Amino acid sequence: MTDLLYGADEEALRDSVRALLVAHAPWQRTLAGLDDDEPYDAALWRLLVDQLGVTGLAVPVEHGGAGAGFREVAVVLEELGRAVAPVPFLGAAVATRALLACGDAELLGAVAAGERAVVLAVGLATAPDTRPEPVAVEPGPVLRGTVTGVADALPCDVLLVPAADGLYAVDAAAAAVRMNPVVSLDATRPLADLVLAGAPGRRVATGPAATRAVSVALTAGAGLLASEQVGLAQWCLDTTIEHVRTRRQFGRPVGSFQAVKHRLADLWVEITEARAVARHAADRLATGHPETPLAAALAQAYCGPVAVRAAEACVQLHGGIGFTWEHPAHLYLKRAKSGAVAFGTADRHRAALARLVDLAAPAPAGAGGSIGPARSNR
Amino acid sequence: MPEHTADRLRGLVAEFLRTHDPRGDRAGFLRARFDAGLAWVHHPPGHGGLGAPPQLQAVVDAAFAEAGAPDNRPRRNSIGLGMAAPTLLRHATEAQCRRWLRPLWTGEELWCQLFSEPEAGSDLASLRTRAVRDGADWVVDGQKVWTSMAHEARWAILLARTDPAVAKHRGITYFVCDMTAPGVQVRPLRQLTGEAEFNEVFLTGVRVPDAHRVGAVGEGWQIARTTLMNERVAIGGRPLPREGGMVGVLARLWRERPELRTAGLHEEVLRSWVRAEAARLSALRLRQLVAAGAPGPEGSAVKLSFAELNQRISGLEVELLGAEGLRHDDWAMRRPVEPDLLGRTATYRYLRARGNSIEGGTSEILRTVIAERVLGLPAEPRVDR
Repeated sequence: MTDLLYGADEEALRDSVRALLVAHAPWQRTLAGLDDDEPYDAALWRLLVDQLGVTGLAVPVEHGGAGAGFREVAVVLEELGRAVAPVPFLGAAVATRALLACGDAELLGAVAAGERAVVLAVGLATAPDTRPEPVAVEPGPVLRGTVTGVADALPCDVLLVPAADGLYAVDAAAAAVRMNPVVSLDATRPLADLVLAGAPGRRVATGPAATRAVSVALTAGAGLLASEQVGLAQWCLDTTIEHVRTRRQFGRPVGSFQAVKHRLADLWVEITEARAVARHAADRLATGHPETPLAAALAQAYCGPVAVRAAEACVQLHGGIGFTWEHPAHLYLKRAKSGAVAFGTADRHRAALARLVDLAAPAPAGAGGSIGPARSNR
Repeated sequence: MPEHTADRLRGLVAEFLRTHDPRGDRAGFLRARFDAGLAWVHHPPGHGGLGAPPQLQAVVDAAFAEAGAPDNRPRRNSIGLGMAAPTLLRHATEAQCRRWLRPLWTGEELWCQLFSEPEAGSDLASLRTRAVRDGADWVVDGQKVWTSMAHEARWAILLARTDPAVAKHRGITYFVCDMTAPGVQVRPLRQLTGEAEFNEVFLTGVRVPDAHRVGAVGEGWQIARTTLMNERVAIGGRPLPREGGMVGVLARLWRERPELRTAGLHEEVLRSWVRAEAARLSALRLRQLVAAGAPGPEGSAVKLSFAELNQRISGLEVELLGAEGLRHDDWAMRRPVEPDLLGRTATYRYLRARGNSIEGGTSEILRTVIAERVLGLPAEPRVDR
């Protein structure tokens, strides 16, 4: 049976991550970072990798990892979402899932040791059930093509590039690799457009194995993102509650007005449910359950919109201050809305569920049977 | 005292079954099971239990079911088992527990709940039924409403005002009322589905012995909170498989009748399926929390969600059926023990689901309770205390 709770080890991990983020990633620092040219907080990322070993959590012990798993990865993501931390952990987790599927010992070891950052070179908006447009391969082998909207690419060392005949590892520092930064909705998870102009690659998986590696990695991304969304939504709820308890208008706390209370009560219900859904997805992913794609689709059909509503309520219920650059609410709103598109929108995931649980769409008009008396009258 | 483990409890059940025939006299078997402490294992010895962790109850129930033993018809007795029993165990005297708990558990005596009144529904503490002390008895006068099982119950948990002079939450006392006592009159209350699950209960000069008072005079509201908390858990906490509730009826209809499908309803069906699955997993997580001994306030979320979902899904089903959805099965006055949500027509489900957001606390009140007790938001200004 799916385990929807948090184990003692997971709670201990949460405490460590939260303590580190409280000390090193207050939102004021993240906000100030938006004005720098550095998209990520490199110092923070080093602390997470070196002190807590986050990149090795899901890597088996024989490859130098912690041998924990994706339930633990999900707990880290909850905390990173809560802090809207500008670190490339989600991309690292997705790439790790792809490497596990390929069984590439060399790169898994380097990832676990925190020596090399690996990123799956597909657009952030790619849904698990879509095949990314493959990059062309020429003898060498060298890769030629473009991939747009890749997240977590700018600080990475190795790109995992889906190409026509397999999945290739490409040195991100090669002269033939160009990464053009994009002005992204979510500046704490910036995107880049990749241009591969004959970049040398090493094939890490071929044919169906490569296709499968990409698909399980995207499924993991969709499922894990839900935990980040739960953490984000919980921060928005907590912060809003704190505000409406103390902010007074018309001679009483704003939080004593029923319209405010009921909106927050509904949000709490949704977050309570989103947590169960996200835990379910993390558990399915961790145990390699055959219904992992279903759990991931459910997670993004439900949790993405909940995070957006939480962030929107946070802006709204803070009143004017929620609309300012100085208040962190916009960091959460941008992360939430970007997350609602990442790995496929809720609508795409509902369509995936329609296939997975046999709730087919109506037959197109004219395909027979929709109105014709021959059928409907038996 | 030996430690309680699943193996040990399975051993106790096996031992019990060696000396008691599960196919013999039903009531006798259940009484003996109660006396052996295998009724609700988390209760103390002498009150049907062994003081074991509550999650072992499922082990015991499964072992008895496997042996083909009779159960105590829990669905027929949900108020007694789910609300009266936990309240009595926590607040009643030893003698009261000895008198009431065993026949309650065996189902020989059914219970009902005399709380709500015509003018005290969600604002329950404004109730006006009076209890006046007269020697060793209290004399009760008033009217109660929405009383499930009143026409079959032997006992009722009763809230009555014993001191009209103090603030409304403070002058209430908690009693156990004998439903066969003179002056208790039960009338069916027919509802919009045509049937009558509930009753009106008129109390005219009903004598309740002081020995049937639970807790101190004037402390009834505190005790009622135990009952109400258990009510919400009981409403929302049933385990369901995927598509186990109304959404399963809708999904099967969608699969079996492709000619009814339209694009807009497809979208609605998928959204409802997702929400139903989220609510189901949330209820599952609540049960895992309870089993781990860390129950949170999630019961309120589950209650609120299922009410909204049942209403939305049953409404969709009527529309999906179109012309067929306009045909009802029967408006006959019936007296069901519980609503037949999965057995009857879509129209019945649609109509009965209107009650889901009213019974056991309206959704509006529940949102206020969540906001104030779970989220810690300040109370709205009140003029009644």
